[in-house]
Amino acid sequence: MTDHELIWRIAGGSGDGIASTSQNFAKALMRSGLHVFTHRHYPSRIRGGHTYTEIRAAADPVKSRGDGYNFLLALGDSFARNPQQEAYYGNEEIKPLSENLDELREGGVIVYDSGLLDASEIEDFEARVEENNWHVFDPDLRSLAREHGREVMRNTAGVGVTCAIAGIDLEWIEDLMTDAMPEKILEPNIEILHEAYEMVQEEYDVEAPDVAVPEGEHDEEQVLLSGSDSIAYGALDEGCRFIAGYPMTPWTEVFTIMSQNLPEVGGISEQVEDEIAAAALAIGASHAGVKAMSGSSGGGFALMSEPLGLAEMTETPVVLIEAMRAGPSTGMPTKPEQGDLEHVLYTSQGDSNRVVFAPGTVDEAYDQARKAFQIAYEYQIPAIVLYDQKLGGELTNVPASHYDREPNPSLGSTLTEAELEDAEHEGGKFARFQYDPDNDEGVSPRSIPGQKGGRFLATGNEHMPEGHISEDPDNRVYQMNRRMRKLEAIREELDSQEKSHQTQYGPEDAEYGIMTFGSNQGTVEEAVDRLNEAGHSVKALGVSDLMPYPENEVSEFLESVDKCLVVEMNASAQFRGLTQKELGQYGEKLSSLLKYNGNPFEPAEIVEGFEVNIVEGGDLPHTRTKFVPAAGD
Amino acid sequence: MSAFSAIGEEREIDRDEFTPGLEPQPTWCPGCGDFGVLKALKQAMPEVGRTPDETLLVTGIGCSGKLNSYFESYGFHTIHGRSLPIARAAKLANPGIEVIAAGGDGDGYGIGGNHFIHTARENHDMTYIVFNNEIFGLTKGQTSPTSPKGHKSKTQPHGSAKEPLRPLSMSLNAGASYIARTAAVNPNQAKEILKEAMEHDGFAHIDFLTQCPTWNKDARQYVPYIDVNDSDEYDFDVHDRAEAAEMMRETESALHEGKVLTGRYYVDEDRPSYQHEKQALGEMPETPLAERYFDDDYEWERSYDSFLAKHK
Repeated sequence: MTDHELIWRIAGGSGDGIASTSQNFAKALMRSGLHVFTHRHYPSRIRGGHTYTEIRAAADPVKSRGDGYNFLLALGDSFARNPQQEAYYGNEEIKPLSENLDELREGGVIVYDSGLLDASEIEDFEARVEENNWHVFDPDLRSLAREHGREVMRNTAGVGVTCAIAGIDLEWIEDLMTDAMPEKILEPNIEILHEAYEMVQEEYDVEAPDVAVPEGEHDEEQVLLSGSDSIAYGALDEGCRFIAGYPMTPWTEVFTIMSQNLPEVGGISEQVEDEIAAAALAIGASHAGVKAMSGSSGGGFALMSEPLGLAEMTETPVVLIEAMRAGPSTGMPTKPEQGDLEHVLYTSQGDSNRVVFAPGTVDEAYDQARKAFQIAYEYQIPAIVLYDQKLGGELTNVPASHYDREPNPSLGSTLTEAELEDAEHEGGKFARFQYDPDNDEGVSPRSIPGQKGGRFLATGNEHMPEGHISEDPDNRVYQMNRRMRKLEAIREELDSQEKSHQTQYGPEDAEYGIMTFGSNQGTVEEAVDRLNEAGHSVKALGVSDLMPYPENEVSEFLESVDKCLVVEMNASAQFRGLTQKELGQYGEKLSSLLKYNGNPFEPAEIVEGFEVNIVEGGDLPHTRTKFVPAAGD
Repeated sequence: MSAFSAIGEEREIDRDEFTPGLEPQPTWCPGCGDFGVLKALKQAMPEVGRTPDETLLVTGIGCSGKLNSYFESYGFHTIHGRSLPIARAAKLANPGIEVIAAGGDGDGYGIGGNHFIHTARENHDMTYIVFNNEIFGLTKGQTSPTSPKGHKSKTQPHGSAKEPLRPLSMSLNAGASYIARTAAVNPNQAKEILKEAMEHDGFAHIDFLTQCPTWNKDARQYVPYIDVNDSDEYDFDVHDRAEAAEMMRETESALHEGKVLTGRYYVDEDRPSYQHEKQALGEMPETPLAERYFDDDYEWERSYDSFLAKHK
């Protein structure tokens, strides 16, 4: 457990303003010089239901949620419809307090709104408080908010109480509220903030808990962004000016950010009838000469299968985003999982011919979204950014300079009219799909409708160089080989990048490895730190390139360790399976630690999974995670 | 200067320009109505004044989907039912090009029905030709969304229990602003209707009766046909939605009693096209987006300058 950190959890019902309050609070802590990282937990409903956001703040960089947390602000679900213990979903009103107690650390702080919640309704509350040495504060935030403004402002009262207990200067909060709130509500909120702060100092012993916000300082300007923000900004900086989509959690975030920003930069956003149309529109826009994207989550992405194959066959550049959530089917719409890996790699008929990146962190999300566009347009191939509710929704501080880059609006392998004059033509048509055996990259540049002399036929059928449909066996093999060759060229390009998409972490000569893909990267790295501190010898590899698979880097990593634990959020060990398929070996070296209960890994679960299974060869004492041993074990 | 010099070029256009230099042998059966569409389209193009280089013909799957194999222009032969979303995005990306979408009745009214409704609703400035032969031809004669009730096929051995879909009425309700029905056996009317459809600023839907001599002998040749705009028997105003609706319903019912009615059914010149609606909201640039990627002087916006401040 990391000392000197504040992990603040604000809990209430959906619609209680948990998200905006926590976002402002996280930003205030960032501005005060701290590193922050948030974790969201929310239900699939508009109003009510147990929801919380956790903010972890420390002087040193934080890259994961923590193990449990140490400060609870329970506002109560003001939208609870059936506050009965015997109701199907239990007493919803009390859940922001009752549901969060299991993960509260010893010595932690509980602040709950006694205007809405009655702690005596919770079984053994007093006994648990005593046993865990929790410090309980029970101000009536609702009354305080009503007195000075409106009831919804009890969030602000809760923040005021938090600041008094954790020793946070109100100035940071006030500054932020001034930036974020319209004038009309600013004044009562500031009043409530101060009232709550003073009231708690007068009526409670705020010095009693050993929970205080640390002090820190940034050496350069920071910005607070989510993975969704980063993907959207990456797309915009790569010259993407067209998006088509259909709402689906959690992909909606990227779609919303793009839709709000595109008109400002002269771009177009289209919300359409379904995801088949969404992907088809992106393909149509790209075909007509615009950098375009679409995306969805699992169910909507399933509908994109056929257009995706069309983009592969017609070699139309397009970027698709897939925000995974727990499946199968509708699954758990607001909960993270990594169960769509195989779906994204292989969906659509025929041999798949696409690029898939799964960024591990918020800053990687920007870099890899940009790379996805660059590859898609250079190699005329669909590129997919695969992420999940966890990366999409988590906010963290990133140096602002990371985004201070030059735009790249290039359409990639596209000819101008002047270049088309010299290009090869066949019977009046431009030979857009040429198979020159000396062309190692396999790319045949394209023309754009409206260009003089660029006419060709794009078709989902197998086709000749100028596009005419053909089932000639030789042409089939030439065209197929050429298209598949592009993946090898992309693999080489990715291999030779100055900064690999894969992230190695920990001592190079470590005995054991932990491997993961996508959003678990930061959590795995924190687990590696702790394992090494505890005397183990462990290093990590976070993989982002899933197609083409980074054979060399992964082989090297696996060759260098005795055993490797593969950490992923699904039930069938899809990433481990992919690794074995791509490398053709290591079945006896790879074991799996899986989690698919709807919550992302905590670092301690990986530490425990490693110690219990790899070191001791025992069994996990619970069902939150699942261990699958290596072949032969 | 435009990166697309074919767009808006003023010159004489010969209909032969729309015949491919290397013309693949048609996969259509002798006597197929699809030849009539191809011929009428080739005739209409020079009259509209658009050249092959500035035309994008987007097709679906089926015999009709092969139209752009035999028609010289930029072509996109897509997947079953999805020609419309691809076509309308191309038009948004570059409104300067002439966009025509085409497909069969299964493609447009069945598998792609949702796209049909929404493209009509949005009123994109494009022409949509539906080859309506009341049958699935390429897959060998199964009952289609427009096949008459009782139609027997290998997949409906006891006859279809379903009422046929009413394409004109559906189009009107969905929001198309130009709706016509023509027939392959009437190339002159077809050419005129195609020309009007392309010149119309909005979504123009043509239900094109194309006889299938192989799989739908019941429909014969869609002859004799009556042009409802020319006939003394029919009197309605194509600008009047209620009168148009009534005429459409009568036309759809008459077809299954062997009476082939054709002509323009509805024309709304006042409704702005989707592009204009979107531009009025500030959600679409005035200069075609596709031009920007070829404009070396364009200063591309950066997230860092435009959007990062709110994250500080």
